[in-house]
Amino acid sequence: MKQLVILSGKGGTGKTSVTAAFAHLASPGPFADQIILADADVDAANLELVLRPERVNTEPFRGGEVAVIDEDRCAQCGDCESVCRFDAIVETDAGWLIDPVACEGCAACVHQCPTESIAMQEQTVGEYAYSDSRYGPLHHAHLYPGQESSGKLVTDVRQRASRQALDEQRRLVLIDGPPGIGCPVIASVSGADLALLVTEPTVAGIHDLRRALKTLQHFGVPALVCINKADVYPVGAREIEAYCRANGIDGVGRIPFDPAVPGAMVAGEAVTAYRPDAPASLALSAVWERVVAALSETPAGSHDARVDQQRRG
Amino acid sequence: MRIVVASGKGGTGKTTVATSLAQVATEGYAVRFLDCDVEAPNAELFLHPSLDVHLDVGVQVPRVDAQTCTYCGTCAEICRFNAIAVVGETTLVFDDLCHGCGSCTWMCPEQAITEHLFVTGTIDSGITPDGIAFARGLMNVGQAMGVPILRELKKRAPAATSAATGVRRALEIRDAPPGASCPVVETMRGADFVLFVTEPTPFGLHDLKQVAAIARELSIPAGVVVNRDGIGDDAVDAYCAESDLPILLRIPMNRCIAEAIAAGRTLVETDAVYRSQFKNLLERILTEVPQ
Repeated sequence: MKQLVILSGKGGTGKTSVTAAFAHLASPGPFADQIILADADVDAANLELVLRPERVNTEPFRGGEVAVIDEDRCAQCGDCESVCRFDAIVETDAGWLIDPVACEGCAACVHQCPTESIAMQEQTVGEYAYSDSRYGPLHHAHLYPGQESSGKLVTDVRQRASRQALDEQRRLVLIDGPPGIGCPVIASVSGADLALLVTEPTVAGIHDLRRALKTLQHFGVPALVCINKADVYPVGAREIEAYCRANGIDGVGRIPFDPAVPGAMVAGEAVTAYRPDAPASLALSAVWERVVAALSETPAGSHDARVDQQRRG
Repeated sequence: MRIVVASGKGGTGKTTVATSLAQVATEGYAVRFLDCDVEAPNAELFLHPSLDVHLDVGVQVPRVDAQTCTYCGTCAEICRFNAIAVVGETTLVFDDLCHGCGSCTWMCPEQAITEHLFVTGTIDSGITPDGIAFARGLMNVGQAMGVPILRELKKRAPAATSAATGVRRALEIRDAPPGASCPVVETMRGADFVLFVTEPTPFGLHDLKQVAAIARELSIPAGVVVNRDGIGDDAVDAYCAESDLPILLRIPMNRCIAEAIAAGRTLVETDAVYRSQFKNLLERILTEVPQ
């Protein structure tokens, strides 16, 4: 079983459109009934909007804890406020209050309260979901707005996806990654076999691509790069390709700017299914061929053993 | 006056809107610009500040004095983030996991713990050619937590100077990170207005709803800029109407704009039409904020 993660560094470069196209392209041929999908962008889970899957199961996701003051016991001393480094304790007319949004859940206030009137309370921070899509099972999640623990939720989604792949002996887990280079990205790439970076030929796109590539290098995940909306700024596209060559990274194609892409999004379809002959669809098919070839060259099974061990242990 | 430009979804044009808004605001305000997307800060590519002041920031992590430590394990027990472990006669600290809350320092019965800065990023600041006091947070590659950098950015970024411009009201513009989780909340905390940038597609709408929920929870007034107007459907318009979110500006889908942004030009530099449109936008925002 292999794990392919689609990333971008920056948001809005077309990760989800590419992932959906791959899911569609993988459904016939050697990957028929072989893929498991995972949407690891739990902050802004959009794969569902394209695949329109049927929800099979949802479960609450419990994240960290926040502190809560018992007003009846509180002596209004303010000791809690003086220890809180996150400015989460605020004085109001009604006494001291804890801002659950700012609270990091460190419990420093609990330890310092002389009247033992603060307790930690577990929070439900989101929802994990399992769905059936037309291109295979989809593991996804939804973090409630403003919640923490997105890295944990991403890990949860990925683990469930890879377990199912192992159980059903499916060959590919296709992961739609989150933007950026922080905690959820780290959770989505660790242990992946290959990453495809979707970038745009803009000054911002190039800037973010460099940081995303460094992150992948840091975690030892091999990377491929494809350029979306490549013809909008050909100078930038050439610059990206030169940068990739100089750093030994394979460029796997250019996808042209194409109104069929937002059109497919609105129609709730993969662009390759929506308009197979559109320029973007043809380019995506070529990129997919190259990604499949690169995947087959990555050594198999190193992380399968690890996941297996986790399940036993 | 603090305005946050947010979107939920990445790539909708937050930075495009924030940088142009900052440029027109310099006509009447002492402007400070904070690029809060510490994972992928891009605003400097458009505003061209001379980033000549650098400040290392991060988290105050514990260091345990091996001479004084009795390996009682209190620190490991109280740490909610599993950042400390006591193994035999060694106290291990995992800097990556530490949130810097200080609980271990205060609770150590032997006072064997002191704190040191674990650098996770930098705050770089300087003045732009337009006279904007610019600062950005930049998270080091391989780090997971951007929020501590953001907190420091808000506290320690230099204020806009009004020395050259006479006495002017201060205006702060914060370019938010994408998404709807903790870094976005931290960016919005303490703001007077949130300007959402969205695109008229199901993706744009889905993510706008998420981030609008945060502004509601924080009770911050908000308005919307529809970018790439014309590419999708009218569901964003319908949502804004039913949730009392005023649409303050529409920027059409236009290849010339896309090319200019790709080359690193701001909207108001690209087309004079946008200068007056952004001035109107700023005025609209000021009327939406209770004084």
